[in-house]
Order: sequence, then structure tokens, then C-alpha cells
Amino acid sequence: MDLQIALLLGQDGITNGAIYALLSLALVLVFAVTRVIFIPQGEFVAFGALTLASFQAGKTPGTLWLLIGAGIAVALVDITMALRGGASRRIPGIVGWNLAYPAAAAAIVFLLKPNEFPLLAQIVLALALVVPLGPMMYRLAYQPLAEASVLVLLIVSVAVHLALVGLGLLFFGAEGSRTPSFSDASFNLGLVTVSGQTLWVVGASLLLIVVLFIFFERTIYGKALRATAMNRTGARLMGISTVMAGKLSFLLAALIGAFSGILIAPITTIYYDTGFLIGLKGFVGAIVGGLASYPVAAAGAILVGLLEAFSSFWASAFKEVIVFTLIIPVLVWRSLTTRHVEEDE
Amino acid sequence: MRPRLMLAVFLGLLLIAPLLASEFHVTLLNYIGLYAIVALGLVLLTGVGGLTSFGQAAFVGLGAYTTAYLSAAESLPAWAASLGGSPWMGLLAGLLVTAVVAFVLGFLTLRLSGHYLPLGTIAWGISLYFLFGNLEFLGGHTGMSGIPALSIFGVELRESRKFYYVIWAVVLGAVWLTRNLLDSREGRAIRSLKGGVIMAEAMGVDTARSKVMIFLIAALFACVSGWLYAHLQRFVNPTPFGLHIGIEYLFMAVVGGSAHVWGALVGAGVITVLKQWLQDWLPRLLGASGNFEMIVFGLMMIVVLQRARDGLWPILARLVPQREVQREVPQGEALPRRPVPESGQVLLEARNVVKRFGGLVANNDMSLTVRAGEVMALIGPNGAGKSTMFNCISGVNPATEGEVRFRGEAVTHLNSRQIARLGMSRTFQHVRLLPTMSVLENVAIGGHLRGSRGVLPAMLHLEREEEARLLAEAARQVERVGLKDSMFDLAGSLALGQQRTLEIARALCADPCMLLLDEPAAGLRYLEKQSLAELLRKLRGEGMGILLVEHDMDFVMGLADRVVVMEFGEKIAEGLPDEVQRDPAVLEAYLGGVD
Repeated sequence: MDLQIALLLGQDGITNGAIYALLSLALVLVFAVTRVIFIPQGEFVAFGALTLASFQAGKTPGTLWLLIGAGIAVALVDITMALRGGASRRIPGIVGWNLAYPAAAAAIVFLLKPNEFPLLAQIVLALALVVPLGPMMYRLAYQPLAEASVLVLLIVSVAVHLALVGLGLLFFGAEGSRTPSFSDASFNLGLVTVSGQTLWVVGASLLLIVVLFIFFERTIYGKALRATAMNRTGARLMGISTVMAGKLSFLLAALIGAFSGILIAPITTIYYDTGFLIGLKGFVGAIVGGLASYPVAAAGAILVGLLEAFSSFWASAFKEVIVFTLIIPVLVWRSLTTRHVEEDE
Repeated sequence: MRPRLMLAVFLGLLLIAPLLASEFHVTLLNYIGLYAIVALGLVLLTGVGGLTSFGQAAFVGLGAYTTAYLSAAESLPAWAASLGGSPWMGLLAGLLVTAVVAFVLGFLTLRLSGHYLPLGTIAWGISLYFLFGNLEFLGGHTGMSGIPALSIFGVELRESRKFYYVIWAVVLGAVWLTRNLLDSREGRAIRSLKGGVIMAEAMGVDTARSKVMIFLIAALFACVSGWLYAHLQRFVNPTPFGLHIGIEYLFMAVVGGSAHVWGALVGAGVITVLKQWLQDWLPRLLGASGNFEMIVFGLMMIVVLQRARDGLWPILARLVPQREVQREVPQGEALPRRPVPESGQVLLEARNVVKRFGGLVANNDMSLTVRAGEVMALIGPNGAGKSTMFNCISGVNPATEGEVRFRGEAVTHLNSRQIARLGMSRTFQHVRLLPTMSVLENVAIGGHLRGSRGVLPAMLHLEREEEARLLAEAARQVERVGLKDSMFDLAGSLALGQQRTLEIARALCADPCMLLLDEPAAGLRYLEKQSLAELLRKLRGEGMGILLVEHDMDFVMGLADRVVVMEFGEKIAEGLPDEVQRDPAVLEAYLGGVD
């Protein structure tokens, strides 16, 4: 290996690492607020990328049907609850978000021609289809079990993941897709050429991290999420709805996931099940951070990206083995440094 | 006797099934059996122990690949050549490899809180799958063929109808072992993992060891299933050992009823048949090919967890009338007792104990002594730090500074298990029981340290004599505290006051020389309080040292020999009950100052 290859691999690793970092942030967020270990994160990555690819190929993305179906299910559950609880004034809101919104999205997809939209509009439309699935998923799968143990929530996560992978196969087929780059520019920096897409990925990741930081530090909703993460009961006593916090954290996680998918779709071919491995690599990063610290999780994720890039050079067949075995020394290190106090669940 | 009859019918059907069923159905039953063995391990791990693994398929793979490699590889390296050729060597080697891997993995992840183990197993499941697929000597993604058939007593088992009996004999054997284990001293320790770790440790149970143990057993069951699979198929490739299959195993356990041994069989049956059926119909229905059954499985799992978290088995079991619960009081020879310390001898001495939680000082400079044959009461307003002091003394939450000595030994930095072994036993302010176990079984947990037979004798039920003595001892303590009538009721069905009394029986079952009682009279009625006081007086007469936290002043003052009063984490008074009641500082703490 010479310096040039090393720089190339480093660039690769940092690009992927930036994506894993974004995902690990979302995972830490969801876990802190809802105690859900969010295995389906990867499916949002795949759905975001494949929805965009469908628009570009002039097809109707299957995620639209999922949005409509999930919307109807949420509406049914929520309207029943509202009628039983005598809160019929909530019904217009429920209908608006869960039935009217998907209908409007369907109207745009069918009446206008998304494949003729500029790239930016396609991206926004893809996000508009995929991101609301986050809170809907929370409502249907997790909210009825909000008080269950981490273990039960984890099993639910795995079940949701499995169902979504199956749906992904149904919607998008077994073939992979790639989307065109955001920019074709490339920059020569002495030994190494940096592609425009790499800059996009790293830049957009950094921007998103800054935006999230401002959201958590400066806005009332961000503070509400942090409060819920620190103490659910305390937050609830202060008038913060834990249901709202749960939905909001899932919304953010879905946004981060789908956007990550859109960012990397021009670099790697995305299949219906690619998201899972990408999401899990974010997980390795998150576990490095102990599912609690945002900066350590992000740093861990970058490390995973670099490790993956370099091991694909030296032992490409064992790339996944190496990345996922990394978790073992990390767990050793964590088990030596944390004094574990058992809590009853 | 109905359940016995059901079992007999079930066994009879199992026996004749291969004679009646078609080849296809026998094969299906074979697979159900193989999956049930793995699911059974998960019942022990998840339903009983409260831990989870998504990586069981990888352990199945270890079992399958080890025997495949040893019995079918074209050239074995010299060190392994002597093991080659025999499926039985393959089984032994597989069990060994699995045990080592599971032990290392369990040791690393089980010390961390609950969710690290499943996450670790996901990573481990993926990495082993890719390893199987990329190692040349294991045949890569194409796999290995030419694995010899199993032969038992010279009969070669080439047909699936013959193999059927081997598989189901193993299934029933595994069911028997698991049921035996759960009905034993070690089994009670395992059952206490879910929700009672602090209590179990205080009763001397090494919960970390119990966790590693069930993880090992589950892994070994999976390994045996893999070994059978390899010799049934006589071909292995990585596909059946991937993460998705690992997830499916967990689904089987949860859908069937993860807390019940038979749930594993039900779950394996339901998922296997359903999968077969869905794989036939869904592609036709959806007009595309693929593993669409996972959509249904995923949704089904969510519904099961939301609506019937205990799975299908309890629902099925309700259809059959329940057998009469065991009503016979267990009999057995008395267990050896520890020598009683001489009355008046200092048992416990806490000197200048300080406990800080970050900046908060919960105990400051606390000192107290307890002698054999006396009742020492620790009183004080709410939040004075009494329970914190208890936790410092009993090793649940060790002191930051100062020294605690028990029977002459420094115990400040010992854990609660080691302290329990020295003869200190306790109850908890917030009752810590296992609500789904009987009163008798709960009390028997207290006797954990008085037995010694391990997991293996328990699985084979070779420890029945010791078990009988333990249960008889537990029964004696249940009678002693006056709960004889509810001995076989579920602990969760008792009133709060009775649950507190149960905790005293459990503490007594450990044969302690000192008792720590945290608000034992709370929730008791007048007559119950009187009989509790009577019991404590009797124990004092036998030379027991008792440290008591209590709010009921009539109870305390009528019983205690000496009293220590705490306020804001510090001792404000100490002395005889009469002196303390007249102490101005105590009056001010309890009634407010009189100006």
C-alpha cells in the first residue's frame, strides 16, 4: 500500500463513516428517549434511497402504498381511541395527518411527473413519503408497549425490521439501484482526487449534526426530548407528552435515516436489504458511545468507516467479519470501565 | 390426572407418526424437532432468565460445521486427524467449541446491562455467517457435502423416518433436562434473574454465574441441533445459520410462550408449518418470488407482543383443566446449622460510615453496634438515610468511607453475596419477591447457600435428597412465621403484610445469626404485628442479633433493647427506648421544635 491508496481508502472510510455517524446519532437519540433499540433504522436508509431511485426511473415507489396503508391503520386506531375517550375534537387532526396527507402525497406522485422534477424537489418528495413512516411506526408498533422492558422493545424492533425488509423486497424487487451524483465536480488535492459527492456527504452530515445540536440546545422541542431522555416520569410531570417525544424522536431518526440513504445512493448500489448492514455499522459506533454519548458515538462510527475501508483492501472477503468482530473488544473495554448497577425492570 | 393423559397421548402420537405420515410430513416433523431443541434453549434464556440471543443460529452452525469438517473434510490437519471420521467425535468437538465460544461471549457481554447481550449476538451472528461463507476449508458459500449418516448400534440412519426417532428422543430429553433444572435449587436461582437480582444476590445467589450458565446451556442445545441437522441433511452451507434464522428461533420461543418448556415445541411447530404454508402461497398471491413470509412473521410478532406477551402455550394450557396443586408439605432431614454466637457478643460494628451519592451525603459519620441476642432499632423520619445505612451494611451499595465489621471481619467492601455467606440475612423495604413462584419456592431461595449441588446434578435430578431437605427447611420457616395456609399459593397473590412476613421466612431460611429487617411491620394488622413481635422475641431468645428499621413506635419501643435515631443522615441519639423517647433532639426531629 502506498500513500495514495491509503488516502483513497481514508477518503472512502470517512465518507462511509460520516453516514454511520449520522445513523449512530439517531440510534442514540431514539434509545435515550424511548429505550427502543432501533434496528429498523437501516430500512429507512434503503427506503429513502430506493424511493428517490423510483422517481428517477419514472416508477411509483412502493413506499407510497406503505404510507397510505400505515396512515389508514394509525387513523383507525387513533379514531377508535378518541371516540372511546370522548375526545372527538382530536379527529380532524388525526384525519389530516394520517389520511389527507398521504392522499395529497399520492396526488402529487400521480398527477405531476416526479421524474421530470429537479433533483432537489425529488429529494424533498422522497423524504416527504418516507419520513412520516417513522412516527406512524412508533404509534403502531411501539406506543402500546411504551412501558415494556428494553428486551421486549428490542424484539419488537427486530420484528418491525423483518416486516419492513420483506415489504422492501415486495416494493422494490431484488435488483439494486443507484442514483446520479449530486455533483460531478472533482477536486485535485495533490496526491488524491476528492469527488464532489464525497464533499456532499461529509458536508451534509456535518451540517445535519450542527442543526441537530442547535435543535437540542436552543429549541423547546429539543429540550423536551432531552428532558424525556434524562427522566421520563419527571418530564411527564412537567407536562411533556412522552408520546409526543417518542414520535418526534422517531421522526428525526427516520429523517436522518432516509437522508443518509439519499446521500450514499450515488456512491453504493442500494438493495432492499442493504440498509440493515449499514444501520448495524452505525450501531457498532453507537455501542462504542455506550448508547449514551453523542460525540463518542460519532467518533466510533468514523472509526468503523475507516476500519471497513482498510479491511476491504487487505482482506476484502472478511470485511464484515472484521467490522462486526470489532464490537467484541469494544464490549470488553466497556465491561471493564463501567461498573454495572442492576436495575429492576 | 388429565395433563398426564394428554402427555401420554402426545407421546403416543409422536411414536406412531412416522408410520402414518407421508414422507413430506415426516420431514416437516423432523425440522420442527430440530428447531424445538434450539427454541427450548431460548425459553431457558429469554422466558425464564430474561436474557436474549439473536445469534442461536450461529451456535447451530458451530455444531453443524464442526461435525461436517471432522467427518467429511478431504484432508484434516494432522492434529485433528485422529478425531476424524466419526460423527460422535464431531458431537464432542462441537460441544467443546460451542462451550468455549459461548463462555467467552457470555463472559464479555453478560456483565453489561441487558441489551448488550442481544446486540452482541446480532454482531456475532453476522460475523460467524460471513466466516462460514468465506473460509476455504469450510467450503465457502457452496458448503460441504458428503457428511456420513449417523449410525446407532450398527443401524445406519439414512432415511428420515428412522432419523425422526433420534431427533424426537433428543427433543424429549432436552425437555426433561430443562424441566428438571427449573425444578431445583439452581433453577430457582435462574428464575430469580428476571426481576430479582438484588434480592437473589442478598440470598447468596451468584447471578452472573447463573446467567453464563443458561447462556451456555442454550448454546449447547443449539449445537446439538446443528449436529443432528448436519447428519440428517448430510450437507451444510452457511444459509441456515444466518442472522434471520437466528431471529426466527427467537420468534418460535416468543410465539410459543417463552416462559414455558412446552411453548418451545408449540412455537417451533407453528412457525415451521406457517412458514411452509406462507412460502407456498405468498409468492403466488403477490406475483413475485421472495421470502415474503417475513412480513407476516414480523407483523405477527408485534401483535403477539402487544396482545399476548406470554405466547400461545398459556392460552392452550387454559383449555385443559389444571391438575391439583401439590399440597403435601415437603419432608426431609434437617439441614446442618451454623454455630450460634454467644449472647451479648458484638456481631455488627459500623464505624463512622459515610455514604455519598455524588454531592449528596446520605449517611454521615454513622456508627452503631448490634450484639447477639438483642434487638437494635434504627429509627428516624422519612429520608433520614436508614435504608441507605442498611444497604451499606448488607453490601448492596457499599459505604464511601468508614468501616463495617461483621463477626470480627471487615465487610465494608464485600458484596452482598459474601456478606450473606457470613451469616447476615435481610428483608427489603420495597418487597422483593418473585410473584409467579409459590411461597415455598420463594422461601427456599433463602436457603440457596445451604445447598451445594450444581447445574448438572440438577438437570439429571441427582440432587433430590438435598432438594428435599432444602424444601423441608423452607416449609419449616413458612410455618414458623405463620404462613402455613398459603404455602403453595403464588407469592404475588398474598397481601402486602404477608409478603413482608414471607421475606422474613426467606431470610430465616438462610440460617443467619443476624437479621436486618427493613420495616417488617408496615402493612400488618394489629394481631399480625403482635405475632411478629412474638416471633422476633423468640429469635432474640435464641441468640439472634436483629437490626430493625421501623416507623411504628409502639412496635419498636415494646420490642427494642436499644435504639439509634437518625436525622438527615446523622445519628442524633442512641440509648434505651425510654431515654430516647425523652431526648429533646429526638422530640424536635419528630414533633418539631417547641419554642
